[in-house]
Amino acid sequence: MSNDHSDIIKEYIGRLPEALIQEVQDNLPERCGKERLKKIMAKVEEEYISSLAAPGESVGIISAESIGEPGTQMTLNTFHFAGVAEMNVTTGLPRLIEVLDGRKTISTELMTVFLKKPYSEGKDIKRIAESLKELTLNYFLSEIVMNISEGHMKIVLNQEKMDLVGLTATNINDTLKKAVKAYNFKLDKDNTIIVTQSAKDKDIIQLYKLKEKIKTVHIHGIKGIKQILPVKKGGEFLIITAGSNLKEVVALDFVDATRAYTNNIYEVEKIFGIEAARQLIINELMKVIEEQGLNVNIRHIMLVADTMCMSGRVLGINRYGIVKEKPSVLARASFETPITHVINAAMAGESDPLNSIIENVMMNQPIPAGTGLPGLIVRVPKKGKKE
Amino acid sequence: MDNTKPVYKYVDSIEFGLLSPKMIENMAKAKIVTPELYDKEGYPVDGGLMDVRLGVIDPGLRCKTDGQKLKESFGHFGYLELARPVVHISFVSVLLDLLRSTCRICGRILIPKEKIKAYMEILDKITLEQGLTERRDKIKMIIADLKTIQTCPYCKAKQQKITIEKPSTYMEEDRRISPIEVRSRLERIPDDDLAVFGINPKVARPEWMVLTVLPIPPVTIRPSITLETGERSEDDLTHKLGDIVRINQRLFENINAGAPEIIIEDLWDLLQYHVTTFFDNEVSQLPPARHRSNQPLKTLATRIKSKEGRIRKNLAGKRTNFSARTVISPDPKIDINEVGVPMVIAMKLTVPERVTEWNMDYLKKFIERGSETYPGSNYVLRPDGKRKRVTNETKEQLLEEIQPGFIVERHLMDGDIALFNRQPSLHRMSMMCHRVKVLPGLTLRLNPAVCEPYNADFDGDEMNLHIPQTEEARAEAEILMQVQTQIISPRYGLSIIACLQDGISGNYLLTREGFKVSRKDAIDLLASSGIEDFDKLPKKEMVTGKEIFSSILPEDFNFEGRSRMFNKNPSDPDSIVKIVNGKLVSGVMDSNNLGAGSGLLLRTLHKKYGADEIVIFIRKINGLGTEVLTKYGFTSKISDIDLGKEARANVNGALDAAENDVVKLIESFKAGTLEPLPGRNLTETLELRILERLNKARNESGKLVEAAASQTSNTMVMVRSGSRGNIINVAQMAACVGQQALRGGRISRGYQRRSLSCFKKDDLGAEARGFIRHGFKAGLKPQEMFFMAMTGRDSLMDTALRTPKSGYLYRRLANALQDLKVEYDFTVRDASKKIVQFSYGEDGLDVSRTEGGKINVKNIIDSVE
Repeated sequence: MSNDHSDIIKEYIGRLPEALIQEVQDNLPERCGKERLKKIMAKVEEEYISSLAAPGESVGIISAESIGEPGTQMTLNTFHFAGVAEMNVTTGLPRLIEVLDGRKTISTELMTVFLKKPYSEGKDIKRIAESLKELTLNYFLSEIVMNISEGHMKIVLNQEKMDLVGLTATNINDTLKKAVKAYNFKLDKDNTIIVTQSAKDKDIIQLYKLKEKIKTVHIHGIKGIKQILPVKKGGEFLIITAGSNLKEVVALDFVDATRAYTNNIYEVEKIFGIEAARQLIINELMKVIEEQGLNVNIRHIMLVADTMCMSGRVLGINRYGIVKEKPSVLARASFETPITHVINAAMAGESDPLNSIIENVMMNQPIPAGTGLPGLIVRVPKKGKKE
Repeated sequence: MDNTKPVYKYVDSIEFGLLSPKMIENMAKAKIVTPELYDKEGYPVDGGLMDVRLGVIDPGLRCKTDGQKLKESFGHFGYLELARPVVHISFVSVLLDLLRSTCRICGRILIPKEKIKAYMEILDKITLEQGLTERRDKIKMIIADLKTIQTCPYCKAKQQKITIEKPSTYMEEDRRISPIEVRSRLERIPDDDLAVFGINPKVARPEWMVLTVLPIPPVTIRPSITLETGERSEDDLTHKLGDIVRINQRLFENINAGAPEIIIEDLWDLLQYHVTTFFDNEVSQLPPARHRSNQPLKTLATRIKSKEGRIRKNLAGKRTNFSARTVISPDPKIDINEVGVPMVIAMKLTVPERVTEWNMDYLKKFIERGSETYPGSNYVLRPDGKRKRVTNETKEQLLEEIQPGFIVERHLMDGDIALFNRQPSLHRMSMMCHRVKVLPGLTLRLNPAVCEPYNADFDGDEMNLHIPQTEEARAEAEILMQVQTQIISPRYGLSIIACLQDGISGNYLLTREGFKVSRKDAIDLLASSGIEDFDKLPKKEMVTGKEIFSSILPEDFNFEGRSRMFNKNPSDPDSIVKIVNGKLVSGVMDSNNLGAGSGLLLRTLHKKYGADEIVIFIRKINGLGTEVLTKYGFTSKISDIDLGKEARANVNGALDAAENDVVKLIESFKAGTLEPLPGRNLTETLELRILERLNKARNESGKLVEAAASQTSNTMVMVRSGSRGNIINVAQMAACVGQQALRGGRISRGYQRRSLSCFKKDDLGAEARGFIRHGFKAGLKPQEMFFMAMTGRDSLMDTALRTPKSGYLYRRLANALQDLKVEYDFTVRDASKKIVQFSYGEDGLDVSRTEGGKINVKNIIDSVE
């Protein structure tokens, strides 16, 4: 690297994007004369300026086209042919729609949990992975015995399964006590917990309901993690999980919190904020598009993500999200539910300034974009005074 | 319309508000009093719904208000005085909220005065972020929290619970509140309190939402049509209005006659029903008003709403004249920026040309030829706006009359500007500007190289042609939309208009090592593909294909790239494409460098020599390719996919091994020795393992076929050059079609516990679950054919379901992003000038001006000495 020319390059900092300057530096030949570098930089700048998007360019529509057009070529199939060492993930058009909708609950949540050393080298990988998995009471059960005449219920736990994760019947009893109030839990011998109702009402129907409810009580692991899959990728061990709970996973001491990844945008927005959500939207959209073997420039994706995140919250591309935020009544009305929009506008006495595209199309006027943008100032000779 | 005068008024903004009863009366030109429409002579009745003061729809009549004739008068509103007030259906939910949140006695909002100010801020924020409905919800929550719902904080009056009986009856406890009472309560709400609800009292007093007078829309928006029998058929709106007027009249009469309350209430409800369905005929819990033929009436809301409604059909979408549509067919001999137009169309579509002193004689000739000889003219427009048809009779007179200022609409001619379009218009390259080339025949012709951007083929596709009619439109079309300006796709910054199919195959054969012909033959080849400059061809007895190809490259062109070969065998001499000083030194031309969406060679040429040159280059290179094929012959034949004995044995071996493995897997599954995969149960594990094994077998057979297939066969040339098909297609024909996947797994359903009736129940074997081990050439077994049909149906369904889904996604995207544009300060902003990006795509680059989304730094460095 020819460091002696740094002053020439420095001149361009701020005038050219950093990435571009870096690329020039990386590609410079071993020996590069000062004059040549000057010429190169001048040419790069010329090229850069001539490649800028022109003012008035309708970049929004271009982005919409660039995502909408390949959308017609995507498959609806959510099937993953990769086979054994993969979780089943929603991909293709359904996933694209899901991300752009800004949905809070997504169809397949997935986390990639990176580990700290020495766990990333494979230490205890299986045990660690298992410790993440959400286990409910149902998992630890041997049986539940209902005693109808006495009006109580006997929960028999499986010792083997408890040993696997290092729990005792006492632990489980305590958890149950916390989770279900209004009932009395008493630890009996042989891993048995006896549940009794408070003295007054011995309602057997209530007890049956409790029986179903109690099975789903969360006992061990991390809530929401339904499946775990330890894999080795790029020379390190990591855990892929179905279901996501970023907040709790990041707090674990063996997890490399800086790299923990989830595909749930809403979750990321809540925990890391809007900028992280924006980046995740970009990543997830790019992933879908690349998986389908399509080529869409990242700039289009970024524009969509930026639009979705502009307000500080993640808004979906639908009538409850971005479209609702539009200031123009007619623009909203032209999308969906026109009557509601007009009625509300009438009550608030709204005024539509006609500064977006669609209203001007409606009014049969030049649109404020592209060649409709510039105006000409012409000095008109005064009436009656020809020449 | 007079298009000679300049536009002098622009709509600057539109304000929305409600009509007050006063305003309705004041803007009305007639009071409607009778449901009758016409008298015995068929003349509109005064005070009827077709009153001539409301505008005219009959030729010959004049509007009594403005004195203008049919099509001149815009029409005027009338009004109807309602005997009893009725609720406007669109405001029912608003009124409910208002009634609930205000005092039933004094009309004040149920929030104490001193607290209102503190809440206003929160409320305004909610309106801004979510909307008016949410604001009212918040007010209700505030009131609930304040517990003032019981007694008014101002007059201490006790409040009662108000409910709604859908669609439009309000109840207080168990008592019905009549619209009269609703109205008087609303009247009591002070202006200041309305502001809390986000209602602007200047334009929308809540009592106006309970109608006392009904505006009657002008006749012109509800024209009647005369049937062939001479019978009149009225518009749905007129029908509905007739119902309203009739009931209204009966109600009046009954009230005046002092009829019992029950009868009056029934009539009142009926009036409410008719007024409601007049506004919106799709209110839930209300049977829609119907025609006698039982089809629902189209009333106001239906006219506006949905895809077929006024907004999306007529306001956001426009129709056009001067357009043509017909079947397309290919013509590789016309330029890519030309469109072949049939003579019949050329004589129908016209271009207006203004007569000046200098072109008068030229244009007179068009009139002289008339409308039936080409190139003639169809109409002449006089400066006073009169349009005269050019016929043999009018010709003489027109020739005499004509003088500067007239406009002659002459036939379409070669070189005229036209917009060419194929639906669905998914991106901007779906509508491009071409130059007209009038050709014999009856189809629109286009160069096959532009099929890609239009996504067109010639299996019966039709396309549209539009002729811009003003200078401004023509200039814009030419500068912004012409084919050469659209070569680089803004989606990925590479050539979307490029070589295809034969063009690639031909050039692949030509530039492959070993292509050698005499110079004479080479010149012959070039000449017949339309290249006449042979200077660059080396002056020697025999020339190579690479040299022939080089002769169409510019002398100062340098390029280095990779061919498709590179991925397979980087050391192959053909894998690195090198062009030095306009000479193809090494490498073979294939879809990597010539094809759409990857043509790096084309992109580099485009950058260096510009759009106009690349058009010529694409034509030449495509011509050369196709010419090579026509000269030397190119047929894909069945024996191309023949396998040798050994290869077939190998393929069978691989498939047998796979099937054996599957059997073993099933055995181990049944014996319980199968090791489950993490996070899977045994059955899932088995399915996954089998799928994996069978896919491996298919891939193996693919590899074997590729190794065994003849290197020279034309089918393989297509695969290797990337012009059409891939090796999997060949393998499926030659060796094995492979596993059929349905809903993400093997085919497992159809009959009880088996896929087809010819298998044993619970057979998990490869064959019984949709594995097709034969190739298409050998033919499929019956059960295999059925499996194939299953997946075939599935994929048809997939396509049918995908199209509307992706279409809706696209519409939403376009609607959300349509206002974003780059401003003069290079930020990206939306319509209200909010900044979306400080610099478009973080570096401000326009993708269609980049090379694959980047500035090619390497090229620049290499180009500077």
